[in-house]
Amino acid sequence: MAETNGHANGTNGQHAVGTRTIRPDGVDKVTGRARFGADYNLPGQLVGRVLRSPHAHARIVSIDIRKAEALPGVKAVITRDDFPDQPSEFIPAGEMMMNYKDVVRNVMAREKALYEGHAVAAVAATSVAIARKALKLIDVTYEVLPHVIDVVAAMAANAPLLHDDLFTAGVEPKPDKPSNIAKRIEIKLGDVDAGFAKADLVVDREFKTAPVHQGYIEPHAALATVSEDGTTECWTTTQGHFIVRAHGARLLGLDIGKVRVTATEIGGGFGGKTVVYLEPLAIALSKKAKRPVKMVMSREEVFKASGPTSGATVRVKLGATKDGKFVAAFAELKYQAGAFQGSPVQPGVMCAYAPYDIENVHVIGYDVVSNRPKVAAYRAPGAPISEYAVESVVDEIAKKLGIDPIQLRMMNAAREGTKAAYGPKFGPIGLEETLNSIKKTEHWNTPLRKWQGRGVASGFWFNIGGETCVSLTVNEDGTISLMAGTPDIGGLRASLAAVAADELGVPYDKVRPIIGDTGSLGFNFLTGGSRSAFSGSMAIVEAAKLIKADLIARAVKLWEAKPDQVEWRDGAVRPLGALAEKVKPMTVADFAKVAGKTGGPIAGLGRINAQGAGPSFGTHLVDLEVDPETGRVTILRYTVAQDAGKALHPAYVEGQYQGGAVQGIGWALNEEYIYGEDGKLQNAGFLDYRMPVASDVPMIDTVLVEVANPKHPYGVRGVGETPIVPPLGAIANAIENATGIRFTELPMSPPKVLKALTDKGLNKVS
Amino acid sequence: MAKHHVEAIVNGDPVEFLCETEETLLDVLRETLHLTGSKEGCASGDCGACSVMLDGRLVCSCLVLAAEVGGRRVDTIEGMATGETLHPLQQEFLKHAALQCGICTPGVLVAAKALLDRNTSPSETEVRYWLAGNLCRCTGYDKIVTAVMDTAAAMRKG
Repeated sequence: MAETNGHANGTNGQHAVGTRTIRPDGVDKVTGRARFGADYNLPGQLVGRVLRSPHAHARIVSIDIRKAEALPGVKAVITRDDFPDQPSEFIPAGEMMMNYKDVVRNVMAREKALYEGHAVAAVAATSVAIARKALKLIDVTYEVLPHVIDVVAAMAANAPLLHDDLFTAGVEPKPDKPSNIAKRIEIKLGDVDAGFAKADLVVDREFKTAPVHQGYIEPHAALATVSEDGTTECWTTTQGHFIVRAHGARLLGLDIGKVRVTATEIGGGFGGKTVVYLEPLAIALSKKAKRPVKMVMSREEVFKASGPTSGATVRVKLGATKDGKFVAAFAELKYQAGAFQGSPVQPGVMCAYAPYDIENVHVIGYDVVSNRPKVAAYRAPGAPISEYAVESVVDEIAKKLGIDPIQLRMMNAAREGTKAAYGPKFGPIGLEETLNSIKKTEHWNTPLRKWQGRGVASGFWFNIGGETCVSLTVNEDGTISLMAGTPDIGGLRASLAAVAADELGVPYDKVRPIIGDTGSLGFNFLTGGSRSAFSGSMAIVEAAKLIKADLIARAVKLWEAKPDQVEWRDGAVRPLGALAEKVKPMTVADFAKVAGKTGGPIAGLGRINAQGAGPSFGTHLVDLEVDPETGRVTILRYTVAQDAGKALHPAYVEGQYQGGAVQGIGWALNEEYIYGEDGKLQNAGFLDYRMPVASDVPMIDTVLVEVANPKHPYGVRGVGETPIVPPLGAIANAIENATGIRFTELPMSPPKVLKALTDKGLNKVS
Repeated sequence: MAKHHVEAIVNGDPVEFLCETEETLLDVLRETLHLTGSKEGCASGDCGACSVMLDGRLVCSCLVLAAEVGGRRVDTIEGMATGETLHPLQQEFLKHAALQCGICTPGVLVAAKALLDRNTSPSETEVRYWLAGNLCRCTGYDKIVTAVMDTAAAMRKG
């Protein structure tokens, strides 16, 4: 039994992988047919609404729900009493750790409300109007407590404490007093003191970044129905329906097997839909009301009660020799976690200096709670913050040493064999290729005018693999049903269908990919970390291997052949040697016709815990213009170069690069959570939380670098996270280039830029 | 107060419905008429995901009261294709991968069609400013703008 390298071998010689196919779910999405979270309805469903804390920090003395329950049309009211408490226990969850003690408190406040918008109670009623009225009838007695919003203020010894039982982990001796510092972490490589002693130039600066929201256009939405026997179904917009099932079952004491979760089409997530908010509430309400309950967040609720990413204070100290070699690097990162511990400071620490080959590195990180919504993952969680600070300092060193910024990065770039400060030795990576690609662009070589500036920055993200299960089924007519268990957030089905088509030698349009519910496949970790195309395509290769082995076995029987007379090649089972004179090759479609007679249904289940995710490096180049009269920064031109390993679908890879870059532009220039002295969010809407619109940005040019990941059958690396890492630094560097002013605080919004220009006497048009 | 009885033309078909005074056109489209192609992203007119045409004028349906549309013509994303043929904009969006998650797509398409109906050769800047009321968080707008420009060029050629 011989099998040649199975992939990329369609019978017609055409490969779908690497081409710009039309996405299988596309027509439904351009006609309004596609069903997103809020588009699902069930007969007899109730409307669910949440009562949220008006205070940033308050003890909940009592909650009286009797009047609300008595209101005609109200079918259920839930509070903290409807969720059993959970023990404190840290569980790995992707790149982060989670603790059900905190999860249960975040979905429904228990002892205290810890941020404005924290859920305190929820109702299910027969109409929106009745639900709203019922919320007003819930009588909550609060004891308002002093609050703390800023990360540095929260670390102070006399700061208001959020949790009496939070003792800083990672310090010796173990503290005897609680604090808002949940954790101290550090990584060390070499000897930084000795390294700095060798430096001719040391730049030491402090940076501040504001919390920013993922800004998905689709608010959170969930529909749940629980039967009298506990059988539970839930439709929700999520990046991981298996995770929703796990959390839902745990928080409500249900058997996992009784809970079936379907991921609806998802209207953006960027990490923000990796956690649960409404789902446990909808399930709890339905359990009580015995009717389906639908819950949809308003935009205000999305801003106030779902996770933004951390704001932070970051100190970076980098030493270089006069010829530009980095010899020592230090950083201290203080990340806001929101009301519960678990900021992305760990990846922030690990990523900070990952693009560079430096012998002596020391990075310290603090995970700090304050009276803000608990942060959730946002695209390369933690990395844009620390890498922004580092890339700003790298640029300053380039300027001070008179070295071209691309050249300086090239001299210090991580490459194959470099030992990263966070642990591993890199395999083949593409950072140098991205720098070279940028240098070769026409963009890099175009002259600029007055008030215009050019900036460059690089970025890194690990990427991840993880538990993945897919199925391939050969239908009676030879078409293929492909089922994956990771929600498709930006073209996944197109990429996976192409791989399945090439693996099985069928045309791309004969593969129908769907995202199966939690009852259809084994456990899938969520869509995130940049794993779904990487891991999903690996699992498809495994499933296809099983199918091909099965077809070869069927051919051996059909042809009365010996195993070594039959092989899979170029999309068909082929007879070898003398046998080739007697029988014709058989394709998947040929076997489909005789499936019943040759052993029954043809199907394969790919089950893996995907390893070998390849890091993806990128370099961004930006031109911008600063308006000296208003402080407004206009992005004129933008180029992204990033290593994709192998682009399964080039257009959707470009889309990741472009979308990440524009999110980064928003982070750099406009987006921020603005709090009043009262601890309340002042800009919980799209008018005041200003995300980039079409007229704010230019075309985003892309260069697809492909340095194959040797651990993946097609060479794929995750591509979704890295693109948001470089923009912050690149834009700060370009503004410095345009104005001579080094900004160290994000966002670089017009008032801030204008003030800096005015302080320097530069705000006059000359 | 009693509900309002409203008769209107939606995607060319006569419809009638009852609505509360405070219900928006978007509420009625989605909840009463089950036309869920128009999306609610903000309910404040900032994101454009609920864009529809009202008597040939582009509006955010979350800012229009349902009771106001009596006797008027409403066109939504569900009416954009003709029979089995997608509108050229819909085809170009697919060809250019001008959508990722797809939640903003219906509103963007309705808005883009409104532009091309009045301007057959918009510049890139005109496309960008016209679509500035439609937030997209996934694509960075590049492929959306390209798809609209290419559609305009193709439609000019006939």
